[in-house]
Amino acid sequence: MSNAFIAFQKNDDSRCIIEAILDDNPGAMVDDQPSMVKIDVPNRLVIKRETVTEKMGREFDLQELQLHLITISGNLDETDDEFTLTWNS
Amino acid sequence: MDMKVAKKLGLKERYALMTRDLAWDTTYQPMDKVFPQTTYEGIKIHDWDKWEDPFRLTMDAYWKYQSEKERKLYAILDGFNQNNGHLSVTDARYINVLKLFLGSTPPLELMAARGFSMMGRQMNGAGPRVACQMQAVDEYRHFQTQIHSISNYNKYYNGMDEFAHQQSRMWYLSDGKSFFDDAITAGPFEFMVAIGFAFEYVLTNILFVPFISGAAYNGDMAAMTVGFSAQSDEARHMTLGLECIKFMLEQDPDNLPIVQRWIDKWTWRGTRKLASVGMMMDYMLPKRIMSFKEAWEMYVEENGGALFKDLARYGITIPKCFGQTIEEKEHVTHQSWIGFYMKPQATPFHTWIPTPDEMDWLSEKYPNTFDKYYRPVLEHLDAQEKAGNRFDNKTAPMNCQVCVSTMKFNEPGDPMEMCFRESIYQGEKFHTCSDHCKEIFDNEPEKYIQTFISSHQVLQGNCEPDGTDVNAADFKPGQNMLDYWKLDKRALGDFNGSDDQKNFAAWREQATKN
Repeated sequence: MSNAFIAFQKNDDSRCIIEAILDDNPGAMVDDQPSMVKIDVPNRLVIKRETVTEKMGREFDLQELQLHLITISGNLDETDDEFTLTWNS
Repeated sequence: MDMKVAKKLGLKERYALMTRDLAWDTTYQPMDKVFPQTTYEGIKIHDWDKWEDPFRLTMDAYWKYQSEKERKLYAILDGFNQNNGHLSVTDARYINVLKLFLGSTPPLELMAARGFSMMGRQMNGAGPRVACQMQAVDEYRHFQTQIHSISNYNKYYNGMDEFAHQQSRMWYLSDGKSFFDDAITAGPFEFMVAIGFAFEYVLTNILFVPFISGAAYNGDMAAMTVGFSAQSDEARHMTLGLECIKFMLEQDPDNLPIVQRWIDKWTWRGTRKLASVGMMMDYMLPKRIMSFKEAWEMYVEENGGALFKDLARYGITIPKCFGQTIEEKEHVTHQSWIGFYMKPQATPFHTWIPTPDEMDWLSEKYPNTFDKYYRPVLEHLDAQEKAGNRFDNKTAPMNCQVCVSTMKFNEPGDPMEMCFRESIYQGEKFHTCSDHCKEIFDNEPEKYIQTFISSHQVLQGNCEPDGTDVNAADFKPGQNMLDYWKLDKRALGDFNGSDDQKNFAAWREQATKN
């Protein structure tokens, strides 16, 4: 089994995104590093627009992730509602 | 009047309409004549429409988010510079890492911009063309923002102003230059594997993630913002590289051996380039968040391993060099730093012996190798320096014909033996640093015999400042190297006793009292 992961710059928006990831991905592991946060999930990591919107208290467009992203691992699929990283293994 | 409100289009439809739908097939000339480069490498593509675009970024969204990134970045840079941010870094040794970064990275970003502009023209499909075009703009942005972020340091510290001149001439910058020269002179698909996979997936994951996190940890907000801003684009770049690999493998089974050879080759080339990045993490950051070895395990062994496992369904196997790279992760940074330390008159940045605390950290992080092989060397060099006999190797190094790293790596399985390989081509002998570089050479000797290696060319009188008479009776090759490189003499030598060390201490003193 491989870990899909995503890392963000530490800021207020990404704090909400990370909370949403933790809610939607049981088994997510948070690695807090200076000025960045990396989250690993075995095989599949999903970010749901709806959960992030709820955490932020405003409409969130998943493409806003572009602003805070540092790196990703996994095959990406992006729709209006979900940003998914998956490893086939 | 009744108005029908059209339903907002979904991301996939929007992307399809704004990207592929705007493309057309040529009619005055056949498509294969308009796009001639995508066939000569032997890669067979049957249907360009099968190319997936995972990020589905349309051009308008691209400009919107990129301009937002730039505004954030320049706001932070202004704040950092206006507040004398350079004096808030941990200590003045740190600044040397920026000198090395400036020489080695922005010029490669510019090459990447050129390369992806070419790809944006050469790829037949509209999907990859648009993605490559965006990547070209990104790379140009990285080239500019990196120089901007470091320009403030250039006002105060020595050795940064001639990086563009030095890029094609300095012995230690040749490895990065050759990486991109090799990639850009290959065909479009090999370029995508070289940069999209090896450079983005293997290299930038270390350079712009743990190293930049480390820069932040050392108080350098400028490097932090520029590094992370760049890396926010790299996530898209890695995805493009990965997509290209999958696309080739899905299009035709005949593509597999070609792609496998490129993955083998470029994983190795990326790894060789990482030796100096790792050295920046282990030796040049005064405060460290993780060792190169740990970063390597996280981002290359595990993350690369995940990718190779994923690609196994297409028949891709783990690169041949992978075992050797794992063995070398405990050695290369120490070998690189000692190599640079030994040449104090040949780099525009300073070197030094790690403090006793730092050596203890290295022992802890490298329990199998540091105390056994490298601590004794560093302690010997330290004792010699304290006795007034600082090591100064004045000879030109020997470089590998393929990766153009200086020869300093060990024989596999034997850390006490330096590794050399040689190939004979057209009666001439060519040296490589490893079995993997030798294999790359032997596969395309016509290409690699053309490698320009300044430390070899100097012996033929080809690396002299303008106006030197190489036929004069008293001419000695190499005696003008400092002028040829345009090396600032204040930037040479050990960190101890340097102008940078003295100035930083004096300015910081001023910053804390009247």
